[in-house]
Formats: sequence, C-alpha cells, structure tokens
Amino acid sequence: MSDWPLLSTVAFLPLVGAFLILLVKGDDDISRRNINNVALWTTIVTFLISLLIWNQFDPSTAGFQMQEEAAWLSSSVSYRMGVDGISMLFVILTTALMPAAIYAGRDSVTKRVKEYMIAFLVLETMMIGVFCALDLVLFYLFFEAGLIPMFIIIGVWGGQNRVYASFKFFLYTLIGSVLMLLAIMAMYWEAGTTDIVTLLSYTFPPEMQTWLWLAFFASFAVKMPMWPVHTWLPDAHVQAPTAGSVILAGILLKMGGYGFLRFSLPMFPLASDFFAPLVYAMSVVAIVYTSLVALMQQDIKKLIAYSSVAHMGYVTLGIFTMTMQGVQGGIFQMLSHGIVSGALFLCVGVVYDRMHTREISAYGGLVNRMPWFATVFMIFTMANVGLPGTSGFVGEFLTLMGAFQQNTWIAFIATSGVILSAAYALWLYRRVVFGKLEKESLKSILDMNMREKIILVPLVVLTILFGVYPAPIMDVTAVSVENLINNYEAALAAADKVALLTK
Amino acid sequence: MYSAIVFLPLIGFLIAGLFGRSIGHKASEYVTSSLLVLAALLSWVAFFSVALGSGETQKVQLLSWIASGSLVFDWAIRVDTLTAVMLVVVNSVSALVHIYSIGYMHHDPHRSRFFAYLSLFTFAMLMLVTSDNLMQMFFGWEGVGLASYLLIGFWFQKPSANAASMKAFVVNRVGDFGFLLGIFAIYYIFGSTDYDVIFAKVPEIVAQINDQESPLRLTFLWSEWNPLTVICLLLFTGAMGKSAQFLLHTWLPDAMEGPTPVSALIHAATMVTAGVFMVARMSPLFEVTPDALVVVTFVGATTAFFAATVGLVQNDIKRVIAYSTCSQLGYMFVALGIGAYGAAVFHLFTHAFFKALLFLGAGSVIHAVSDEQDMRKMGGLAKHVKVTYWMMTIGTLALTGVGIPGTLIGFAGFNSKDAIIESAFAAHNPMAMYAFGMTVIAALFTSFYSWRLVFMTFHGKERMSADVKAHIHESPLVMTVPLMILAVGAVFTGMVFSSFFYGAHFDAFWKGALYVGPDNNLIEEFHHVPWAVKLAPFVMMLTGLVSAWYMYIKQPTIPKQLAKRHQWLYQFLLNKWYFDELYNFLFVRPSMKIGAFLWKKGDERVIDYYGPNGIAARVIDMTNRVVRLQTGYVYHYAFAMMIGVAVLITWAMFTGGAH
Repeated sequence: MSDWPLLSTVAFLPLVGAFLILLVKGDDDISRRNINNVALWTTIVTFLISLLIWNQFDPSTAGFQMQEEAAWLSSSVSYRMGVDGISMLFVILTTALMPAAIYAGRDSVTKRVKEYMIAFLVLETMMIGVFCALDLVLFYLFFEAGLIPMFIIIGVWGGQNRVYASFKFFLYTLIGSVLMLLAIMAMYWEAGTTDIVTLLSYTFPPEMQTWLWLAFFASFAVKMPMWPVHTWLPDAHVQAPTAGSVILAGILLKMGGYGFLRFSLPMFPLASDFFAPLVYAMSVVAIVYTSLVALMQQDIKKLIAYSSVAHMGYVTLGIFTMTMQGVQGGIFQMLSHGIVSGALFLCVGVVYDRMHTREISAYGGLVNRMPWFATVFMIFTMANVGLPGTSGFVGEFLTLMGAFQQNTWIAFIATSGVILSAAYALWLYRRVVFGKLEKESLKSILDMNMREKIILVPLVVLTILFGVYPAPIMDVTAVSVENLINNYEAALAAADKVALLTK
Repeated sequence: MYSAIVFLPLIGFLIAGLFGRSIGHKASEYVTSSLLVLAALLSWVAFFSVALGSGETQKVQLLSWIASGSLVFDWAIRVDTLTAVMLVVVNSVSALVHIYSIGYMHHDPHRSRFFAYLSLFTFAMLMLVTSDNLMQMFFGWEGVGLASYLLIGFWFQKPSANAASMKAFVVNRVGDFGFLLGIFAIYYIFGSTDYDVIFAKVPEIVAQINDQESPLRLTFLWSEWNPLTVICLLLFTGAMGKSAQFLLHTWLPDAMEGPTPVSALIHAATMVTAGVFMVARMSPLFEVTPDALVVVTFVGATTAFFAATVGLVQNDIKRVIAYSTCSQLGYMFVALGIGAYGAAVFHLFTHAFFKALLFLGAGSVIHAVSDEQDMRKMGGLAKHVKVTYWMMTIGTLALTGVGIPGTLIGFAGFNSKDAIIESAFAAHNPMAMYAFGMTVIAALFTSFYSWRLVFMTFHGKERMSADVKAHIHESPLVMTVPLMILAVGAVFTGMVFSSFFYGAHFDAFWKGALYVGPDNNLIEEFHHVPWAVKLAPFVMMLTGLVSAWYMYIKQPTIPKQLAKRHQWLYQFLLNKWYFDELYNFLFVRPSMKIGAFLWKKGDERVIDYYGPNGIAARVIDMTNRVVRLQTGYVYHYAFAMMIGVAVLITWAMFTGGAH
C-alpha cells in the first residue's frame, strides 16, 4: 500500500470521472441526472481518498512526502509529485470544496451540463496537480492549463458580461505567465534541472534572484490578486456561475500565495528580503483600498470579491514577514478564506438562484422568510469579519502579529482593516437580510432547501471548528514553515558573510 | 464546578438556538433560565470559597487554542477574586434578567431566539472574565460584541434598531483595533499573552526601561516610546470602546433600541463594565505606568461629567439611564486611573445591581404604558404601579448615593461612589484634582437627572392618552420579583462588602488579584480627607434632589423657560454635544466618498483604463479585422499557452543532454 501512488491517484481520479461523463449519451433529464451523479460521486470519492493523504502525512518532518517520480519529457524534466506541510492541506481544501461546488450547480445549471461537469473535473485535476507538482515544468503545465477550464466556465456559463470578464482575466494572466515561463527557462539554464527539491537547495546568484523574483511575482501577484492588479477578480466573480466563484475564490486565489511559499521565498531569499517592503506596501494598500471600495459596492458578489482582495492582502503581508506567526497565519488565512469565501459565494448563489439578481437593493428583509439562510449567512459574515471563534480570526490575527514584529506602521494600517471589514460586511448583511420584507418580488421567496443545507452546514461546522481548535492545521504546517524560515535566515546570513568578506 | 459555571449558559444557548423551534418557546425560556439560575448559584459558591474564603487561584485547562512558534495560548478558566466577583455579577444579573424576560417578552413571536442570544451573551461574558490570557479575553470581548449586536438588532424590522446594532459593532471595533495592537505589543515585549507570565515579567521590564545606559524602548509608528505606556494606552483604547468612554461613547445611547432587559444586562450591568474589568485585570501593568493612568483618569473624569450633562435634558426614559451608565463608568475609570482599583471594582459591583434595577424598573414602566418611552407622555404613575415605583425609588437612592457621611450606612452607591470621590481628592495623580472636580459636579447632575426621571414618570400630572391610561397595569410577579431581589442588592451590597473591596480586608479579600504598588496608600489616605470633601457628594446629592423637586413638582414651568432662555445650551445638550453629526462629517461620509472615488476613479478610470481595457481596445480593433471568435478569447489563451509549453519542451529536450 505504501508504494501506491496516492497523489497521482487523487490528482487524476477526476479525469476518470470526466471520461465516464463523456460516455453518457443524450441530453434528456435522466442523462443529466446521471452526469450530475457521476461528477458528484467522483469528487466525493476523490475527497475521501485524499483524506488518506492527511492520514499518512507525517507532520514531524519538513521534507516532501509520498514522493513519486517517473520519466517524462527528458532526463531532466520528469514527472515528480510530492507534498509537504505547506502544500498538503491545499490538496485537501481542493478536494473538499469540489463536491460542494458540483452539488451547488445541480439545479441551477441546465445547459450543456456535460461540458460543465467535465470542465470542473479537469479543473480539479489541474488544481491538485499544482499543489503536488515537484517539477517546474509540471507545475507550470498544471498552473496554466488549470485556467483554461476556468475561462470556459466563465465564458460559457457566466452572466451578461462574461466575454469582457474572461478577456480581462486572459490579459492579466497572460503577461504574468509569459514572464514566469521565461524565468523557468532561466532557472533551468542556471541550475541544470527543473526538479523543485533540488532547486530548493540551490543558491541562485543575487542579481539573478532579483529578476527571477520579479518574473514569478508578476504571475503570482495577479493570481493573488494583489493591488493594483486586482481588477480582474471582481469582474470574473460577478460573471462566473456560483460554482465557478466558489472555486475561483476558494482555490485558484491560493495558487499565488502557494507560489510565493514554494518558489519566491525559499529559492530567491535575497530578493524576497529586498522586495519585502514593496510587498508590505502593496498588501496594506490592498487592505485599506479594497475595503473602502467594498463599502460602496451595489452588487453582492462584487462586494465579496473586493473583500477577498483585502483578505489576500493579509496573506501576502503575513507570508513576507517571514516570522513563524506571519507565515503560518498566511497559510491558515488562505485555507480559512477558502472555506469562508467559498461559503459566502454559495450563500449568494442561494438567493441568486431564486431572484436572478445580485443587486443589493433588490433584497431586504430576507430574515422574515429565510431564517436558515439568515443564520448561515450571519455565521460566514462574522467569519469574514474575523470574529474570534471562527477560522477567519486565526489567520488574520497571526499575520498581523507577524507584521507587528516587522514594522508597526504596517501593522497599524493593516489592523485598521478590522474596522473597515466590520463596516462593509455588516452593512451588506443589514441591507440584504434585515428590515421589513417589503419588496413584492421577495414575498414568496423560499428558505434554503435540503441540498443547500447539506452543502453549507458542513462548512459552518468547519469554520467554527478551526476557529476554536486550529491545531490540526497548525500542527501540519509547523515543521515545514519552521524549516522554510530557518533556511531563509541561513541564506540571508550567508549572503551577509559573503558581503563582508568581499568588502 | 468552574467549567459548569461557564458552560451551562452555552448549553442553554445551543438548546434554545438549535432546537428552539421544535421544543417551543416555553421550554426554551425555562431551560435557559434554569441553567442560568444554576450557574448563578454556583457562582456564589465560588465567590464564597475563592473571594471570601482562603481559596487559591483556581485554574482549569480546557483545550489548546493556538500554537505558532513561541506564541502559545490555551482555552483555560482562571478563577481568582476578581473573576469570582465578576462571576457573581454576571450570572446573578443574567439569571434575573432571564426570568424577568419571561414576563417582558411574552408577546414576542421570537422569544426562543431572544433567550438563546441572552445565554450566548452570558457565555461570552463568562469566557471574558474567566480568561487566563489576553487572547481568550479578546474572544469573550468580541463574543459579547456579537451578542450585543444581535440583541440590539433583535427587532430586525425596525430600521433604527438595525442601524444602532451596526453602529455598536463598528464603534466597538475601533476600540478593538487598539486592543489588538496592544496585544501585539505585549507579545512583542513580554513574549507571551498569559497573565502569569506577563505579570511576573513586569519588574524585569520596568528595570530595563529605567536602565540608564540602554533603556528599553518600543518603536511604535513615528517614534520610540516607553513600551508600557504604549501598551497600556492601546489596551485602554479597547476599554474605551467597550465601556463607552468619551469619544467612543456614541454607540451606547443608540443601543437602547434593543429590548429593555438587554439594556439592563448588557448595556448597564455587565458588558460595558468589561473595559473596567480589563484595566483592573491588567493592574500590574497600569500601576507601573503613571503616564497611562493620567490619561485613564482624564478620560474617565471627562466622561463622568459629559454624560451627566447630556442626561440632564433627555426625555427618553432609557436614554437617561444610558447616559447615567456612561457617566458611572467614567467614575470607575477615575478610580482605576488614580490607582484605587478596589474602589473601581466595588463600584462596578454595586452599580450592576442598582443600574440593572433601574433599567428593569424602566422596562416595567414601559410595559405598563404600552411601550411608550417618552417621559413627557408619562407622569403620575406612582399610584398605578406601586411596586415598580418603590423599586425605582430604591434604585435612585442607590445611584444618587444616599447615606450618612462619615459612616458606612447608606445605599450601595453611597459607599462605592463616595469612596471614589474621596480617593480622587487624596490621590497624587496630576489629573486627580480635575477628576475630583468633575466627579463632584457629576454627582450633582446625577442626582438631578435621576430624581427628574422619578418625578416626570411617577409624579405630577398624568400626561398619557386616555387609551394608554386605560391599559396601565402593574407587571406580573415574574417581573417584579427580580426587581425586588436586585433592590436587596442595591440596598445592602455597599454596606456589607465595603470593607472587603476597598477597606480593612482588602488584602485578604483580593489576595493579589489587584496589584497595588508599594507607594500606593490610597486605601488608607482617603479616610483622612477633610470633612468638607466627605460632605461634598452628600451636599451635591441633596442639591440635585431639591432642585429636581422644585423644577418638576413645585414649578413645572421652569424647565421650559430655562430651555428657552439658554436655547443653544439646551440644543447642545439635547443633541449630545453633536458627536454623531461630527463623526458623520469626519469619518462616515469621507470613508464613503473615498471608497466611491477609489472604485470609480482608481479602479475603473486609472487601473482598468490604462491596463486591460486599453490593451483590450487595441486587441479588439485588431481581432475585429482578422476574425470573430464566438466564445471569447479562451482559445487564444489556450493556444498561446500550448505554444509556450511546446517551446519549453523542445528546448528542454535539445539542451537536456548538455548538463
């Protein structure tokens, strides 16, 4: 059993599901239901198998585990997979959110169901691949190819303005990707391998680190997204179907943060140290700027999208402090945001499916007819605000704690986000949920059905569980993060020594 | 037992919250109330064993919470005398409010939700007071904020209630912003958030700060500071938010939109005193930080005065009491600031009883006059609601501090408030005289507005409509019995506990839970203030009583004439010194304007215009000429990527052998 390639199984199982769906003929109700069932069960089985990864994972070592290697393109570019404490939980997050996303589209997606489900399953394979890949080329392949199904999801099943949104997405990511591709080539040129494990212990020359760092940064900053390259996100979210938003906010946004942790910080420590102030500045601007913009939004999804940008600001801030609290907090914030923002978009989906509008002004007083929805939405709103006892607090608090140790100005400005987030989130809640139910169109609205409860209640449980007892996550990440920081500091110290000697 | 005290309310919350619909309102009410009564009884047991007995500080480890590097903290329960006092206050008042609410809320269709929230609040408050580290305190701190938000907005159909609940949460978050930064700074300096570790390290840190050669400094924002001053001021910002102190007080009066039992429990007896509790808990830090204490004294004294002036002219019965609460909290902060921590907690203790009594009494009045809150439409109620009248009178006697100067005989507020005023006179803090002056004047105003409330409500002409008048009725026993129990507290707690909280048995009672520096002899010195000082509060109280009687019973036309003659002053006070308008102008509207500006100009005009849209426009021009694609530009991208991968692979294969 120990030789069984668990990671590859989990990564490619969704493709098997996609293949099965291809075999389903016809477009009537029965075949549609079959397609739905196949997709749902594929993701559920994938999730259950992925739990074995967590089970087999040994949190006491920093190295990569469950490694797989197979010959692929050439002697130096091969198929390598493996996870460590930083990447493992992102795999679980992906497999855990997928069933929710698939199930959410069961009643609302009626056209081209087959292609829709195939796109999602392919997307799942690509996302899991990103977090498991231990070869630069393989990583790049998964990283970029994963965006294609997302484009298709937005472009085909999206809203009114879907073409504009996918176009914007395309332009932003293209520029970043091209630069990253160039950097990957340069790295191969320099180090002679694309094996990530080897590259992690390779020391790139200082000047080269700067350029490589910038090239990777261009790609990851767009994916995060960081201010000022964030404007694709609100449009993409607004246009994407509910499940697309869930995956976009829940997982795709985490690829940037993961990239920083996997490549930028360990491989280019000198450049990371040099550019850290820039990242801090962009992060705090993101937190304040996008929170203020979120305050004024009239579209529910756009508001949540802007709040996502602000929350990702905490992630980049925490990661680049390179303190134990900052980095662990950043990872935690990403995982928590994956659950919470995914759930918030699902909540929006609940009312969108009923009213087919995302305008805040079209709602009001929902609590009168939808007590279940009001409760669930309240819990996730509070998690979004970072209330202690929810998972949203832990990451936010730890990243700020890390930031305070680096620079009090940064911490001061970033902490003001706790005021702004309360303002925009509660104002949204008040306008949508509270008040009298006066609008004619809402008079017959129904509360959450069983399907929606089955999707959202587990997320509520996870949000509170990890808020009260985050140890399962913290324990997994601790050793790997510690190792990352130690290597980083050793690299900086070594560089200082060299600088002294050459003086 | 200690775990039971904390978690019984949580169980009540879960039962009423999750199953309230299926088990029905009656069951929810009885389950939550009886669990709370049980918790209250256990709290008194804890009080007798830990505070009055010789019990050690009790600790119960529950679960690890966060561990990241050297930052480690747990869920834990810590019960020392300070906690035991708070347990008694919180659970007793909460239990009585639960019971009272069975009567008060019995027409409401969402009663089980109301009781669930009340229990949730109690749980959060208990987590706050039993915390063993700052993080758990912050958890409780935000938890009570959430419960307060939910309860103020309980009647969600009222727009004013929704606005008030949001305002309460956001203004509190301003304080929390400071609190959080304070916690960060504490961890940075002390390397822990556990009380025991912090307190043990204080002497060492103080020594480092006073080190001649390389004094310890904290770089915070633009300058280097004494780290303890920064920490204490940041923590105090949090306290100002929660305890509605001057500048961050604006949410408290609006919070009166919530049901009256909520006002009694949260916005009078317990949650708003969390700030006082926090400073008292952190007394080992504050006591060695004189600069911070000056600020605490100043803010407390200013609040005591400011809130009392506004209370003079309000016409809403609940708002008068709300401003009174705000003012009394100012007294407590004065006590903290001058180093009389015992007096502060003593006043917190007595205040909880008489202020909850006043609020619940006001609720009983409102209940009697068909939900009317405007005192101008009341009057002459004394003969209709006799029990309520007498209970309110007892509450007023306690609040205004009626007692015999020079002895311990008097209502609860007499012992605790006069101790603060006298200590302020005896204290050595640079702000002490200011504080003394402000608190004495505030005592006059307190007496005036309190008796004004009683006279306008219960005496004089009956000004309600005939319809309302026909419905006037005394509240049922389920409401009046809690009033009577609180009244017992309002009469006796001062006399009985004075020597423990702030007197001869101070050390034996607190057992180090409050830290008092070796030079701080206030507890002895305040006994030796001149007679005039001891008489001052008494004279003020009498003056207030007499002038209120004269203006609202003897010559009821005077207030109107006064208001007319000093129109601007009247408007200034009536509009609460125009703080809401000022904050709207300074913060709310600018935030919205900046938000709209950044969105429309920043994102759309600058970033998008020069970024993607600009490029897109060029690309569209070109692609329009070449070919039209129906599904957007997905395939372009896929194509570009595939070419990229192909190039990379080819290149890799060619050069692969080179290395």
